[in-house]
Amino acid sequence: MTPDPAAPLRALSRLVDAQGQAVASPTDAAATGSGDAGLPGAGGPSIAGAAPPGALPPEAPYEDEFDVADGSRIGFVHSTETTSGVNGPGLRYTVFLSGCGLRCLYCHNPDTQGMRLGERTSARRVIAEAGRYLAFTRRHGGLTVTGGEPLLQAGFVEELFVGVHAEYGLHTTLDTSANNQHRASDRLLAHTDLVLLDIKAGNPALYERVSGGGRLSDVLDLGARLLEHEVAVWVRFVLVPGLTDAPDHVAQVADLAAELGPIVQRVEVLPYHRLGVQKYAALGRPYPLEGTPTPTNDQVEQALATFRDRGLVALA
Amino acid sequence: MSLTIDRPTTGTDPWRGFDEGAWRASIDVAGFIRGNVTPYEGDAAFLVGPTQRTEALWRFVADLMAVERERGILDVDVHTPSTITAHAPGRITPDIPELIVGLQTDAPLKRAIMPNGGWRMVEGGLKAYGYEPDPAVAEIFTKYRKTHNQGVFDAYTPAIRAARSSHVITGLPDAYGRGRIIGDYRRVALYGVDRLIAAKRAELARLDDRLSTESIIRDREELNEQLRALGELIELGDMHGLDLRRPAASGHEAIQWLYMAYLGAIKEQNGAAMSLGRVSTFLDVYLQRDLDAGVLTEAQAQELVDDFVIKLRMVRFLRTPEYDALFSGDPTWVTESIGGMSADGRTLVTRSSFRFLQTLYNLGPAPEPNLTVLWSPALPTGFKEFCAQVSIDTSAIQYESDDLLREFNSGGDDCAIACCVSSMPVGKRMQFFGARVNLAKTLLYAINGGRDEITGAKVIDFGEPITAEVLDFDEVWARFDEATTWLADTYVNALNVIHYMHDKYAYERLEMALHDYDPERTLACGIAGLSIVADSLSAIRHTTVRPIRDETGLVIDYELDGEYPAFGNNDPRVDDLAVDIVRMFMNKVRSYPAYRDAIHTQSVLTITSNVVYGKNTGATPDGRKAGEPFAPGANPMHGRDRKGLIPAAMSVARLPYEDAQDGISLTTSVIPSGLGRTREERVENLIDVLDGYVSSRGFHMNVNVLNREMLLDAMEHPLKYPQLTIRVSGYAVNFVRLTREQQQDVIDRTFHMGV
Repeated sequence: MTPDPAAPLRALSRLVDAQGQAVASPTDAAATGSGDAGLPGAGGPSIAGAAPPGALPPEAPYEDEFDVADGSRIGFVHSTETTSGVNGPGLRYTVFLSGCGLRCLYCHNPDTQGMRLGERTSARRVIAEAGRYLAFTRRHGGLTVTGGEPLLQAGFVEELFVGVHAEYGLHTTLDTSANNQHRASDRLLAHTDLVLLDIKAGNPALYERVSGGGRLSDVLDLGARLLEHEVAVWVRFVLVPGLTDAPDHVAQVADLAAELGPIVQRVEVLPYHRLGVQKYAALGRPYPLEGTPTPTNDQVEQALATFRDRGLVALA
Repeated sequence: MSLTIDRPTTGTDPWRGFDEGAWRASIDVAGFIRGNVTPYEGDAAFLVGPTQRTEALWRFVADLMAVERERGILDVDVHTPSTITAHAPGRITPDIPELIVGLQTDAPLKRAIMPNGGWRMVEGGLKAYGYEPDPAVAEIFTKYRKTHNQGVFDAYTPAIRAARSSHVITGLPDAYGRGRIIGDYRRVALYGVDRLIAAKRAELARLDDRLSTESIIRDREELNEQLRALGELIELGDMHGLDLRRPAASGHEAIQWLYMAYLGAIKEQNGAAMSLGRVSTFLDVYLQRDLDAGVLTEAQAQELVDDFVIKLRMVRFLRTPEYDALFSGDPTWVTESIGGMSADGRTLVTRSSFRFLQTLYNLGPAPEPNLTVLWSPALPTGFKEFCAQVSIDTSAIQYESDDLLREFNSGGDDCAIACCVSSMPVGKRMQFFGARVNLAKTLLYAINGGRDEITGAKVIDFGEPITAEVLDFDEVWARFDEATTWLADTYVNALNVIHYMHDKYAYERLEMALHDYDPERTLACGIAGLSIVADSLSAIRHTTVRPIRDETGLVIDYELDGEYPAFGNNDPRVDDLAVDIVRMFMNKVRSYPAYRDAIHTQSVLTITSNVVYGKNTGATPDGRKAGEPFAPGANPMHGRDRKGLIPAAMSVARLPYEDAQDGISLTTSVIPSGLGRTREERVENLIDVLDGYVSSRGFHMNVNVLNREMLLDAMEHPLKYPQLTIRVSGYAVNFVRLTREQQQDVIDRTFHMGV
C-alpha cells in the first residue's frame, strides 16, 4: 500500500473543524447576513467573521442554468482580459467570474463579489473567445479562470476546462480560495492543469477573520484532493502588515504549503497593495484596511525566507 | 588624415573565400548575402563589452551631446551649403583614435545647411538657434538657384493650399527633404565605386537608342547626376585616405566603405528619414571571414561595430522648432533592419545581428540608430531571447513582421525599413514620402459640410452640413465617403507636385546611384486619427451622439449618451469599421494616377505628430475633447483599450496590410511586472507576444517596458536620465528631449499592467 499523501491534510482539516471554528456555512452566513462566530486568539478588533461593513452578503452558489441557443452552461462573467505574470504561466486568456463567498479584508476586486452583477455568458461563447487568442496563449500560457470565486460556478468552470482541453489542448488554471471546494467535481480537477491556491492564513481563527467568514478546512480539503489528483499548485499568500505578517502566522502558512510539498511548484508571496482603494470608493463602500501600509522589502524577504526554509520555491 | 589601420589586405583578392555566385557578374548584394551568410543559431554568450577606447570616445561624444542639448544645436556652418565634398574631414577629438572615420562637417555634431530643399527652412533653423544666415548664400538660393520649396508652391492649387493650411493634410515634404530613400550603401563595400560607375554607364548606354521622351530625358539627366555623385564619393574617400574605387578587403574596410557611402548621402541630403538599410548581416560576412582567418578577435569585431554606431548616433540635420514639434526629439531615422529569414528558409540572423543590439549595452540606450528587428516566429530562439531581453532592459528597439515583408515583396528577404515602418527591397525600390492626412478632421468636415470646426472657414466645397439633432450612422458615413473623395483627390495632387519638384530641384543623386536603374516607386500616402474615426462611427452607431452647435450652426462639440465598443479591445463591431476606413481610403487614393507611375500605398502612422494633430482638431464624436492628442499610429485611443495589450494588438493586427503596405504602427507600453514575475518569464512572455502578433498578421510593434513613475521622475529630473529612451511611433527618442506636452502625452498613454 502506498501511503496516502493527503492523509495529514485530511486529519488537519478534521482537527480545525473540531476546534469549533466557523460552524455556519457560507450559505448560512448569506442567509442570515452574519457569519457570527468566535475568533479565539485572533486578537485585534472584533469583526468576528462578519462581512466587513458595507459589503454585500456573501454569495450563495447558483444552480446550473443552460443557454437556450447553444446548450452550454451559463456563467456570470465580470470581465475578460489577457494577462501575464499574475495568473499562472505564460500569456493567459483570463476570465474573471463574478460572485464570491468570502469577503476578504484586502480584496482588491470588490467589484467582482456580487455574482448577479456579472454578464450572463454561455460557456461556448467563452471557449470560442479564448480560441481567438491561441496564437498568444498556446505555447506557454493558457486559460485562467479567476474571480470572484470560480468554484461558486464550478459546473461552468468544468465545462470551460473540458472544452478548451478538448478543442485547443490549452493549459488550464483555476485561481481559487478553496471556498466552495466541495462543488469542484473530480472531472473538473482532472481537467485542471494548475491551481493557484490562495492560503490566506494558517490557523482557523485568523483565516476566518481575514476572509470574512471562510474556513481553513476548505483549503485543507481541497489541498488533499489536489494531492490525490496530482494537480500542480502555486500557493499564494498575501502578506498584509499587521494582519498576516506575524512570523508565527507566516510559518503556519508555510507549514501548510509544505504539506502539499510534492505538487507545489512555487509559492507566490503577494505583498499587499492598495490598488483596490478606488474600487471601494467607486462602490461607495468603506475600505476595510484603511491605514494599513504596504509591506517593506525586508518584510517580504523575511516571508520568502520562511517558505524557502521549508524547501519551497518562493517568489514575490 | 588617414585611416589608422594596418592594410594587410592590400594586393589580396577582396573576394577571397567568397562563393562563385552570380553576384560576381552583376550588382546583386542580396545574392552575395545568400551565398555567404553564416547563420547564427546560438545565444548571446559570445558577446563582449566595450573596450576602454570605445568607452573614452563615447564619453567624449556624450559630453558634447549634453552641451548640445542645452544649446539646441552645438554648432553650424552657415557659409557652406553641404555637398558630398564641401567640408574638410573632421575628427571627434585628436586625443582618441577612431576606427571608423568621417563626420558630416569638419567638426563633431556641427550641422550643415542644405538649401536645395528650401531656403526658408535653412533661414528658420539658423535664426531659431541664434545664427545669422550668410547673405551671400541667401542671395544664391533666393535669387539664382530655385529650391524644391519654391517649385512646389509654383504648382500648388488653391485646394491644396487650403487643405494644407487647415491641417487636414499635414507634414507634407514641400519645404524639406523627403527622405525615406535607402541607398544600397553595401554596394560600395562589396563592389567598389569603379565597378558601380561602370554599371551605371551601362544603364545609361541602354537609353542611347531610346526616343527622347520627357521621361527618357529625365532618366538620362538623373543617371549622369548619379555618375557625378559617385565620382564625388571617390573624392570623399580620397580626402580621408580611403581608396573607395576598389572593393573593401576586410571587415574593418567593409564597415568603413559602407559608412563613407552613407556619409556621402547625409552630406548631400537632409531627408526627413535617412535610413541605413540592412547592413549588419552583410557586414557579418566580412567580420566572420576575418574571425575565421584569425586576423580579428570578437573584441575587435564588437569594437568596430561600436565605433560605427557612435558615428550613426552623431548624425545631425539643421531643422526648425516647428519641424521639431511635428517630429520631436531631433530624430534622423538612421533605421537599421536586423534579423529576418531568408527566402530559402534559413535565418539571416548572424553574430553581427547580436553585435548591433549589444551596442545598446556597450554605449547605453539611445534612440538612434533606429534598431529594427525583422521578426518571425521562425527566428532562432537564442536571438529572440536576446531581443526580448534588450527590449526589457532598454525599450530601444522596434519589431516589424518579416513574414509580411516576404509575403508582399519580391526580394522580400532583402527588405529594409525606411523611417519607421516603410519597407523596401534595398536598392530595388524607392518611395515618394507623402506624410499623411488627418482623417479625424475630415470626419468633422463631413459633419460640418466642409467648414473647419476651429476657424469656421469653408475648406471643402461640398454639400450642406448635417443638421440632425442626433447623428445617424448612414448619413455620417455617406458624408464621410464624400469628404474622403475630395481629400484623396487633393492629396494625390499635392504629392504629385511635391515629388515632381523634389526630383527636379533636390534630387538624391548618391542615394539613387546606389539603386538599380528604374527602380520601383511607391507613392506612400498615410492616414492619422484612425482610432478616433472608428470610435466616432462606433459611438454614432451604438449610442446617441448629439452635436452641439454654435450660433452659426457649426458643430463644435458632441454629447454622448451611453457606452460604445471602442477600437483596441478585439471587438469586431468596431474593429471592422477601422478595417473599412483603411480599405475605403486606400481605394480612393488608388483611383488618382501617381507621378512616375508610382504604386499607391499608405501607412497608418503618426510619428510624434499625434500631439500636434490633436491640437489642430476640434472635438470628435467619440468623446475626445478639442485639442486632445490623437493616439499614435494605429493605436487605440489612450485608456480605451481596457482588455490588455494583446486584445489591443489584435485589433491593430486586424487592419489589412494589403491596403496599408507602407506600414501599420502600434506602440505599446507595459510595466515590467506586467510581463511576468521573473526575468526569464518576462523574456518568454514577450517572445510569445511578438510571435502571436506576427502570426496574427500584425506588422509593427514598438515595445516599451517601463514604469510610469520613472517617466514622471524623468520629467522633473531630466539630468538623471540623459539616455532614457522610449519608443514613440516608429522611432525612439530621448525622453528628456521631448517637449513637456509630448512627455505628458507619453505618460497619459495606456500602460498595460499586464499583456
